[in-house]
Amino acid sequence: MYCDICGNKKATVHLTEIVDDQMSEMHLCEECARQKSAQMDQQQFGLADLLAGLADFGKPSKDEAHETIKCSNCGMTYDEFRKFGRLGCSQCYESFKMYLSSLLKKVHGSNHHLGKSPAKISQAQKDKIESFQDLKMQLQQAVQMEDFERAAEIRDRIRDLEDKEKK
Amino acid sequence: MKLDDFIHNTGQWLKGRGAFSNIVMSSRIRLARNLSQKPFPNKARKKELNDILVAVEEATKEIEFFKKSVFFKINDLDNVDKQFLIERHLMSHEHASNPEGKALIVSEEEVLSVMVNEEDHLRIQVMQSGFNLNETWRIADTIDDALSQRLDFAYSIHWGYLTACPTNTGTAMRGSVMLHLPALVMTKQINKVLAAISKLSFASRGFYGEGTQASGNFYQISNQVSLGHSEADALQNIGGLIRQVIEQEEQARQALLVQNRPMLEDKIFRSHGILKNALIISSQETVELLSMVRLGVDLEIIKDVDRNSINELFIMIQPAHLQKIEGKKLSASERDTKRASLIRQKIGG
Repeated sequence: MYCDICGNKKATVHLTEIVDDQMSEMHLCEECARQKSAQMDQQQFGLADLLAGLADFGKPSKDEAHETIKCSNCGMTYDEFRKFGRLGCSQCYESFKMYLSSLLKKVHGSNHHLGKSPAKISQAQKDKIESFQDLKMQLQQAVQMEDFERAAEIRDRIRDLEDKEKK
Repeated sequence: MKLDDFIHNTGQWLKGRGAFSNIVMSSRIRLARNLSQKPFPNKARKKELNDILVAVEEATKEIEFFKKSVFFKINDLDNVDKQFLIERHLMSHEHASNPEGKALIVSEEEVLSVMVNEEDHLRIQVMQSGFNLNETWRIADTIDDALSQRLDFAYSIHWGYLTACPTNTGTAMRGSVMLHLPALVMTKQINKVLAAISKLSFASRGFYGEGTQASGNFYQISNQVSLGHSEADALQNIGGLIRQVIEQEEQARQALLVQNRPMLEDKIFRSHGILKNALIISSQETVELLSMVRLGVDLEIIKDVDRNSINELFIMIQPAHLQKIEGKKLSASERDTKRASLIRQKIGG
């Protein structure tokens, strides 16, 4: 897991804070934690703030009016998400895809799902999930073995599959 | 089954059975699930929340595991009842505080509870006593499969299960284990252990729910990351970590016995003595003393008390439980008296 603030170093400090029965968690590297603790003496800090801070990460540029990006299904704007740290519906993931991808990577250290899938999906979708997950596993193994040539090859195959899916 | 029937029993997870039950109180799996396209509870209107409630209730009616379960609308519960369900670890404070359009489903023996319309449409929780993550996962997995045949869950090939908070996206699974670690606390090693745990991206918190500090020497340890690791891998990782913590606690217990047995026995017998004789006692004092008595039972220093009774007391001595047992509202001082009498009755000998 990487630091929630700088995103470069491993998070080694894990903060839990409770405000009005609401718990929030932060994962920071030692350096950022030191800075944060100085700031925290003066202000309240919640999960929404944390996600809001993180959510800026994927923002393309200041002049692009990202506050007008709106989920077509539930009407939530990206700004609202930044404020409250909660998405409005499952479609938001698609609507804010370009921002969320880097956010998820920061939070989890990965932005590819490995694990089970719902029972009620078509066989074609199931096959696709299996081939995706298989490739992702192979990618992880290649990186662990430091076989970067093979890793790049697998990464390209995943990209191909993703492109095909978009079309 | 009605809510009042719960008071005569306690959940399966408190029975003090299963692997390493001298140190591990319980294992828990929580899965977050949402219905595809429907707004998440924070964004949903009253009607949409009710539609979700109806859809979930209908789906559960067809599933064998839910046959003997109870369905509560949170709006129908009074404050003591809500507190009672929180104290039993069946629902969260958040679920109770804003009750509109929310429900709770609890299965027989309290193995399974499902919060409907908490932060996500479904929060499925399975609990088992002892160190038993694999069996707990097997039950949760089966229930999730059964539900997903009837409900259209929000899922993406790339990001897995889609949740209201991005910190849960992916498997949307938290595996957690509740550990009783009095010897690590007494030997002042606990902070070292907790620091090591957090370095490995796991979280620790107290016995009385999210956001509570550890009391009674109980620590709940859970995985943090839900994207990029399969459920099996995440459980294997947390299982490995828990085994190490158990080993550390066992070593600390042996060290106390070898190096400082009289002091340890004195502390345990004094705690038992106070609990057996007190007429008025606060919950904080009770929890600390019960922790020592539990250690005494585990080390066979106390032989006339069983672990199950101690485990149950950790739940029963809380305010709403005392009021449900008494069948009426009690002031704080009345509760302290009632608490002491309940303890004398359970472990007074």
